[in-house]
Amino acid sequence: MSANRPLQRLAARHATSVILSLALLATVLLLTGLASPLVVRVGIGTLISVVLVVGLFIFVGNSGILSFGHLGFATVSAYATAWLTMRPAMKKMLLPGLPEFILSAQWPSFLATLASGLLAGLVALASGVFIMRLSGVAASIATLALLAIVNTVYANSDAVTGGVGSLAGIPTGLGIWTVLGWAVFAIVVAHIHATSAAGLALKSCREDPIAAEACGIRGFRVRLLAYVLSGFVCGIAGNLQARYLGVISPDSFYFGATLLALAMLIVGGMFSLTGAVAGVVAISVAMEVLIRLEGSIELFGFTVSIPAGTANFLIAAAMCVALVKRPQGLVGDREITLPASLLGKLDRHASNSKNNVGTTTVENTL
Amino acid sequence: MMLNLAQNLIDALSLGSIYALTALGIGMIFSVMRLVNFAQGNYIAFCAFALLVPAGEGISRPFIGLLPGWALVPVVIALGMLLAMASEILLFRHLRGAQPATMMIASFGLGSALQNLLLMLFGSRPIAINLWPALTQPVMIGSLMVPRLQLVILAVTALALVALTLFLRRTRFGTAMRASSENFLMARMLGVPADRVILVAFGISGALAATASLLTLPQTGIADIRMGDGILLVAFVATVVGGLGSLTGAVLSAYLIGLVSVFLQIALPLAARPYRDAFVYAAVIAVLMLKPDGLFSADRRSQRI
Repeated sequence: MSANRPLQRLAARHATSVILSLALLATVLLLTGLASPLVVRVGIGTLISVVLVVGLFIFVGNSGILSFGHLGFATVSAYATAWLTMRPAMKKMLLPGLPEFILSAQWPSFLATLASGLLAGLVALASGVFIMRLSGVAASIATLALLAIVNTVYANSDAVTGGVGSLAGIPTGLGIWTVLGWAVFAIVVAHIHATSAAGLALKSCREDPIAAEACGIRGFRVRLLAYVLSGFVCGIAGNLQARYLGVISPDSFYFGATLLALAMLIVGGMFSLTGAVAGVVAISVAMEVLIRLEGSIELFGFTVSIPAGTANFLIAAAMCVALVKRPQGLVGDREITLPASLLGKLDRHASNSKNNVGTTTVENTL
Repeated sequence: MMLNLAQNLIDALSLGSIYALTALGIGMIFSVMRLVNFAQGNYIAFCAFALLVPAGEGISRPFIGLLPGWALVPVVIALGMLLAMASEILLFRHLRGAQPATMMIASFGLGSALQNLLLMLFGSRPIAINLWPALTQPVMIGSLMVPRLQLVILAVTALALVALTLFLRRTRFGTAMRASSENFLMARMLGVPADRVILVAFGISGALAATASLLTLPQTGIADIRMGDGILLVAFVATVVGGLGSLTGAVLSAYLIGLVSVFLQIALPLAARPYRDAFVYAAVIAVLMLKPDGLFSADRRSQRI
């Protein structure tokens, strides 16, 4: 690695996040320029999923531990958003159990996003202190238990959450540029973390926990850091989701949503940031196209009605086919980066990849 | 007071039985191929709907459901087995050697496909099924009034457990399966037919799902496309808490979760009662922290991930 070419080093290091961000920016420009408001709205939903799945990737991708708990952080944040941004008169009616200072509060949306994200991160910290002592399947099940706990608590605390049913009245009007900003933020944070010392240490624990501990890496610490960071980013996604729909319920962040987010990550490529983004885009686009098919269509002069559930059936079937064809995910464990010719023989990161791919195994990113 | 206690104990045991049957179905497959099968809950729903004619939104028109009990039970169990074995042949066989996470998400995809297939055929509303109404009649044991159904659930589960134990312990094929769950690679090298062992494991888990389905239906009286989801979650947790790969552990911890749930329902103060499940799952986390390999894992050779 030559120290006299700092610019190229910088380019090599941040190529993945810059390219992914530019790709999203280009898509958004295209959508706002050409597409109907309806399609733009779909774009917003997809970008929120990008924030969520990239948040999930920060922990799952680097630690190799499947987490079922991250939608719990989204729940925490979505309800915090409701507490901070709903009109006080409405809160007094719907959520009478809230303390006075929250009842009267109505925060600007940016501050509310930060605050609810931080609250989600705090819950991640409090639960992670226990759960991150575990590894492997035990950790996965502990996060599943956490999700069930959060869901039970929020679904039954009627006075502050409105209970099992939907809570409406969260101010909407989320623009696509705001969401794009948060998606880029999530990608940059994820990439900086993945290539930082803590991120690499976590990956080494994933590859070989015993060897990593023997090298002096404290698994608990690096796991906890990634867990809290990803809890924060998933919290941001929860906030955006609440502001996008204006209506939230505990079950909209439960097991089904959890598995869908995990599916997006794994279909894309579990150990790759590029894969996380690719998985979201692939599944979201497939869902949008197929959902349009439902209802009745004209076919050779006959009206054929396609029953509800057909679209989701086809998506699930397509997902199974995709997993059989590419068990490592759409992009495997590679990352998109600049072609080696542009970077010169700068470091092994670039020289290992023939055309715009790198690898995430520990030796190669070091 | 004693009567109450006995009644609660029977409640807990019959709740635990349904969990145990499902946990066993998940454990069977996990122990031979490291697959956590999320579709197990959907097998349960599928078997319930197999009793009906597809007739759109919320209309109940019994089909197999009209058969007398002696014919109905084997037919539904056969259907459950066929479904589970088909999922192995069509999907999981093509994922040999994939990451456990990939297989798990594939099973979620399969489950979602099954659920939406039922949605397409039967609509989203739960459908009332009047299966074996005589079972809901209570019987008196001494001065204790017990719904006949709960006794049936206990008896059937006990029978299934004994049959499975005999199969695993006494038959040649059962021995092959136990060897596969101890060390799959080694078993294959010694000539155990891998694909057939896995296929039989799926068959058994399908039969267990059908049994769970037939035992749940008379109790709830409705077929719902999501009826397996709640059971699945608990069974999944029980499988891990019991020690992955240990079938006895899965069954015991399924009963334990049933017991703890019913016990908390009584012991918790009224204000905390709605949060019962939160306490159950907090206990699960505590158990995992104390015994990460599971409560009933005898040996320390568990897989390190």
